[in-house]
Amino acid sequence: MAIFINEDSKVIVQGMTGAEGQKHTTRMLASGTNIVGGVNPRKAGTSVSFPAGEGTVDVPVFGSVADAMATTGADVSVIFVPPAFTGAAVVEAIEAGMPLTVIITEGVPVKDTAEFFALAEKKGVRLVGPNCPGIISPGKSNVGIIPADITGPGKIGLVSKSGTLTYQMMYELKDFGFSTAIGIGGDPIIGTTHIDALAAFEADPETEAIVMIGEIGGDAEERAAAYIQEHVTKPVVGYVAGFTAPEGKTMGHAGAIVSGSSGTAQAKKEALEAAGVKVGKTPSETAALMREILSA
Amino acid sequence: MDLFEYQARDIFEKHGVPVLGGVVATTPEEARAGAEQLGGGTVVVKAQVKTGGRGKAGGVKLAHSPEEAAEKASEILGMDIKGHTVHRVMIAAGARIAEEYYFSVLLDRANRSYLAMCSVEGGMEIEQLAVERPEALAKVAVDPIVGIDQAKADEIVTAAGFADDVKAQVADAIQKLWTVYKEEDATLVEVNPLVKTEDGQIVALDGKVSLDENAGFRHADHEALEDKDAADPLEAKAKANDLNYVKLDGEVGIIGNGAGLVMSTLDVVAYAGEAHGGVKPANFLDIGGGASAAVMAAGLDVILNDPQVKSVFVNVFGGITACDAVADGIVQALEILGDEANKPLVVRLDGNNVVEGRRILTEANHPLVTLAETMDGGADKAAELANA
Repeated sequence: MAIFINEDSKVIVQGMTGAEGQKHTTRMLASGTNIVGGVNPRKAGTSVSFPAGEGTVDVPVFGSVADAMATTGADVSVIFVPPAFTGAAVVEAIEAGMPLTVIITEGVPVKDTAEFFALAEKKGVRLVGPNCPGIISPGKSNVGIIPADITGPGKIGLVSKSGTLTYQMMYELKDFGFSTAIGIGGDPIIGTTHIDALAAFEADPETEAIVMIGEIGGDAEERAAAYIQEHVTKPVVGYVAGFTAPEGKTMGHAGAIVSGSSGTAQAKKEALEAAGVKVGKTPSETAALMREILSA
Repeated sequence: MDLFEYQARDIFEKHGVPVLGGVVATTPEEARAGAEQLGGGTVVVKAQVKTGGRGKAGGVKLAHSPEEAAEKASEILGMDIKGHTVHRVMIAAGARIAEEYYFSVLLDRANRSYLAMCSVEGGMEIEQLAVERPEALAKVAVDPIVGIDQAKADEIVTAAGFADDVKAQVADAIQKLWTVYKEEDATLVEVNPLVKTEDGQIVALDGKVSLDENAGFRHADHEALEDKDAADPLEAKAKANDLNYVKLDGEVGIIGNGAGLVMSTLDVVAYAGEAHGGVKPANFLDIGGGASAAVMAAGLDVILNDPQVKSVFVNVFGGITACDAVADGIVQALEILGDEANKPLVVRLDGNNVVEGRRILTEANHPLVTLAETMDGGADKAAELANA
């Protein structure tokens, strides 16, 4: 099972022929992802050779997402193109009917995201990101840039706005393993929210407990807290970053900003605790809370 | 990036939003010249600060002649308004106001869309209006693909309850403000007040605009709008080196990779500091994915130049970044900086190639560097050293 991606996922890479795309396609292939194609209109009909075990594997390049889907049956696209071209790439994937598109690119103008998210909603397809590390269902599929060697399959589901905090938490709980870890990204508008991931984990029989990592800015964590109280029966532990962030300063992620009295870490922590979520003061304390739950 | 009122006025004018004449001045002489340029009659001298409440603070004054404009400007320039020093004033043409309205369009994070807000009761702080008279503030969702067309503008003015004699004019102004929002890649366009003058004209009298810095690549003209004087000198230096740095008020310099991990590192250092004389993090610095020696040296250079910094905590979880590259970066950065590197460094590495990374630092055996096994342990050690 796992959520969003599994061993049956067929993945194409938009931007596979670029430097970042090649680097990460190599890593995704090495972690067992079924990559069935790349997209580049100027290189349609060629293929790119990647190292695989002792030999190599040739991945075909298609002229469009629609062509790639028609030929390979791909159901996931991952996007590694520069910010100026990301909007067009995402729109192409949505219009081709791609069920899941994962946008790794950082620095996408929020107007572009607002527009392609509205389009995705109309078409009924899922986006993850932008500005995110992607999704890993360890041992099954890895779409994005999350290192596959931190930990293996297990019963914990993880959803986080931050990439490196995702890695840190996977590392802290590496002896338990994960059903799926998803980095939803730190931009003001994102395709998949904490709530979307919580709902999927709640429905996933392989997931027994959930770690939710949030950070300052917006009110996604508060809304997730309300959702947990209503709909989530599995144990959830939480962590929120940014208690020491000053008001009015963007802390790295475009969406990570305390505006006036809204978006503070304290408010998010209190909302989660009020919903019965145990919230750790540090990543390691959060991991310890999860350990207690899983060892009980 | 938030703009000054005079910059917002210029952008409004560029897109056809009705505004009054306005000239920015940094000296009383420029204020006098500005008032003359506007015809020599009554003008308003307005402090240019990126905060509200300037009227109450005495930052907005009426002047009836160019001489008086210069006098008022000399009173306002240099004034402190909620911690913002006034470096510029705008000399604005006077208007006879009959009614004051409110309009804004902004990013709606919760609904992953846009929201227009409009009221026939403008003038006061909108947060106050929203609390005291929520029924007077119309909120209308705006589809990012469709935007504010004639139909949406009509919906907004009807929802806000505008009188028939101004409806068409306000709807027209709203569509032009939408053009500003869309064409300039704004995340906020606010007009407060939008006024009806005594002769029945609709005019945007004060404007607030925030621009999306991620969209800078398609707006070559936006860089010139940046207020370079206001930036902290260390932040300016970091920005020149493409570093993601925010200056804070503590003693423990922080370097890490990834925004979330760095924010978390600040928090963990602040907790650890409670047991070490209350020391706090001195900055946010995210070196991002590729932690080359050059990036590490540039980052350390900024942090070590902060006179408040007593120790530095380098906290890296190698995902794509390899820990051996980070370790090499630290060793080389310390060589590049030489005697400038004079504060203790606590380094915690985990993840990709960690064994090799730790080996490099152990072998380099630099007298300033201490290796930490865990994030919490490293934070504690760095706080202890900052309190020594």
